[in-house]
Amino acid sequence: MVEQTPVNNIIELRNLYKTYDGKHAVKNASLVIKRGEFVTLLGPSGCGKTTTLRMIAGFEMPTSGSVIMDGKDITNTPPHLRPVNTVFQRYALFPHLNVFNNIAFGLKLKKVPNGTKVNRKGETVQLFRKYSKDEIKQKVDRALKMVDLEDYDHRNVSSLSGGQQQRVAIARALVNEPEVLLLDEPLGALDLKMRKDMQLELMDMHKRLGITFIYVTHDQEEALTMSDKIVVMSRGEIQQIATPEKIYDEPANAFVADFIGESTILSGVMLEDFKVEFCGTVFECVDKGFKPNEPIDVIIRPEDLKIRDKDDPSALITASVLSSVFKGDHYQITLLADGNELVAHDTENYREGEIVGLYIRPFDLHIMHKTRLINEIDTYVTGENLVEICGADFECRTNLPEGTPVKVKVDFDDVEITDDPEDGVISATVTSMIYKGSYYQAILTADDHYNFFADTDYEWLKGDRIGIKIAPEKIIVEPRDESEVQQQTTVVDETLSPEEFAAFKKEIEAQEIAERSDADTHTEDAQ
Amino acid sequence: MKAISKKFRLTKKVFSFPYILFLLLFVVVPLVLILVNAFLDADKHLTFDNFKVFFGSASSMIVLGNSLLVGVITTLLCLLIGYPVAYILSNMSSGRMLVLLYVLPMFINFLIRTLATKAIFMALDVELGMGTVLFGMVYNYLPFMIMPLHTTISGIDKSYIEAAQDLGANKATVFLKTTLPLSVSGIISGITMVFIPTISTYAISQLLSNGKIFLFGDSIQLSFEQGLYGVGSIMSLVMLAFVLVSNLIMNKFNRNSDAVRRSLW
Repeated sequence: MVEQTPVNNIIELRNLYKTYDGKHAVKNASLVIKRGEFVTLLGPSGCGKTTTLRMIAGFEMPTSGSVIMDGKDITNTPPHLRPVNTVFQRYALFPHLNVFNNIAFGLKLKKVPNGTKVNRKGETVQLFRKYSKDEIKQKVDRALKMVDLEDYDHRNVSSLSGGQQQRVAIARALVNEPEVLLLDEPLGALDLKMRKDMQLELMDMHKRLGITFIYVTHDQEEALTMSDKIVVMSRGEIQQIATPEKIYDEPANAFVADFIGESTILSGVMLEDFKVEFCGTVFECVDKGFKPNEPIDVIIRPEDLKIRDKDDPSALITASVLSSVFKGDHYQITLLADGNELVAHDTENYREGEIVGLYIRPFDLHIMHKTRLINEIDTYVTGENLVEICGADFECRTNLPEGTPVKVKVDFDDVEITDDPEDGVISATVTSMIYKGSYYQAILTADDHYNFFADTDYEWLKGDRIGIKIAPEKIIVEPRDESEVQQQTTVVDETLSPEEFAAFKKEIEAQEIAERSDADTHTEDAQ
Repeated sequence: MKAISKKFRLTKKVFSFPYILFLLLFVVVPLVLILVNAFLDADKHLTFDNFKVFFGSASSMIVLGNSLLVGVITTLLCLLIGYPVAYILSNMSSGRMLVLLYVLPMFINFLIRTLATKAIFMALDVELGMGTVLFGMVYNYLPFMIMPLHTTISGIDKSYIEAAQDLGANKATVFLKTTLPLSVSGIISGITMVFIPTISTYAISQLLSNGKIFLFGDSIQLSFEQGLYGVGSIMSLVMLAFVLVSNLIMNKFNRNSDAVRRSLW
């Protein structure tokens, strides 16, 4: 990639990795942020969003990859030399300074160009000066006015309320006129009402100032309200980069769908183009290009599921009402159709046990490829009827001799989770839990970072330590070719299988191409 | 049984009784005795002569001045040595353990340590005098400076440092504009905990200067040894006044700095 970065992109993250003790906090994050954009990094706690922001601010050094700003590599630039400012999660206002001095802190340190002079050697030298007292006062007053705290300059920061401290923190960052403002969950400590007000104010500020905002939050509603672009992250990886509308309407995978808004995620089969089967019924849809009979995930937003009379001709399936909960402007109704739980929103109340018909427009069925169909691990036979999986020997049924390179496959159904980690052959941590209508799909991260997908009837708590057992007859052992073995040693990434890795790379590339062409059209517009 | 429980109820207050008794016996009563003694002559008659004896003699004034000087110099040296140590330790993950190493010598009685120090100086042929006295003082009181400083500095929220960096401060500016002002409460506790004991200390100066340097603590001890209870009492009162005044000044500083939180350590 020798081509010049378009200047329209203010920040670019290229294959950013951050590893703590061999664990990836951020894994292969690539992201392009355009000048003036409001970008939100969204994800549950521990997904790597704050780490990514801290790498942009310069507080963390990436393990590998680079941070590009205005076409310049700033990966190794210390934070005080970066033209970005941060609004911290707990504001971090200096307790020993009053409001005025907190805001003036950056201004007092700033050097501004002050003409040039020719030195004795005949070189032109850029001269710098500091801001004068009057200039600082003017700027601080303007910043205070912007956040509606005009008469607070001599107040002590500890005497301010949370919302006021928040405003001072924003003023302190903005007074330096940064090119990029980084906000690390700035509204997390405020109450709901205040949060809503501040959301609108921040959006307004973004519009007026025209600078780039990078916002970190775990609140999906906040992200959907405020952003031009949302970056959804989970377990250190970027799951999807898109506009709020696209993220909501076309989630890239089950995680995004589950995290953004409420939705029902069901397993189904794509029979042929425009025909999908789930809940024991064939539905019309608008998706195509899947393999015949490919297993897929179907996502239905609760507001798209329409409740009809059970004899209504438009009803596609019948379901019984499990529960109905009043939510203010609607009822949240849980329905059972062919053993699958579905959630619908309706303005009318339904009695428990009532039989109703359901209708979904073909357009509202969101169909996604499954991330993985089966757990697949490349490993070796370690003894008679023994195969190594994640550092432990599992019993299996095979007659292959010891040392044979094999591919081991385990169905999601066949991964057995035990409450006590000691009871399993290996132990793992529950890192994701998604309800799929009639069962939960869990992602279990083993100690060597391999992710097991498991289907289970019970909900396990995220972060819990559990044990993994697999019945010997359920482990499918297939020999591998030697040529594949060669390949295996060259693939460094240990958590993604080569196919998954290739697919992931393709996705990133496609995204980059899309971004670039997007950016190009923008530059043309500007010209 | 009933009658007793009516008279005596086990409330939270009851738990303070042993300490109140202790205070009365070993703090209040001795203080009153000193106060009374200050106004009595050898024949137990009321007199103000003791004041004349103490404030009239140039030598006792010099001793007092010396004591204050040694106290100030010791405190400054402790601060100059202790601050960098505390700062470095609080940035280390194993800092807490290493602080223990600094405190460890305090497990040995200070007289034994001072005698040992003296033996080392004699073995090295170092002339005993003001230098050795200051060394002994700093050696004895350095942990009292490092402990509160370490606690305060490691208690500073890292986000203040990051905020300062973010606003354009380089390492030196971050230290001068955030770490230092935020550790003022630690500096004040440290100064209080070193200065007050050093001005009243005894034995260290005598031992490490072969009796050449005589400090206030030593002269109080001497007065009582010589049976001059009146003069000794007055000296003790003067010392007490100095302790109270320096404490008041420190407290005022601490309030002005509006430190994050006040901690003894």
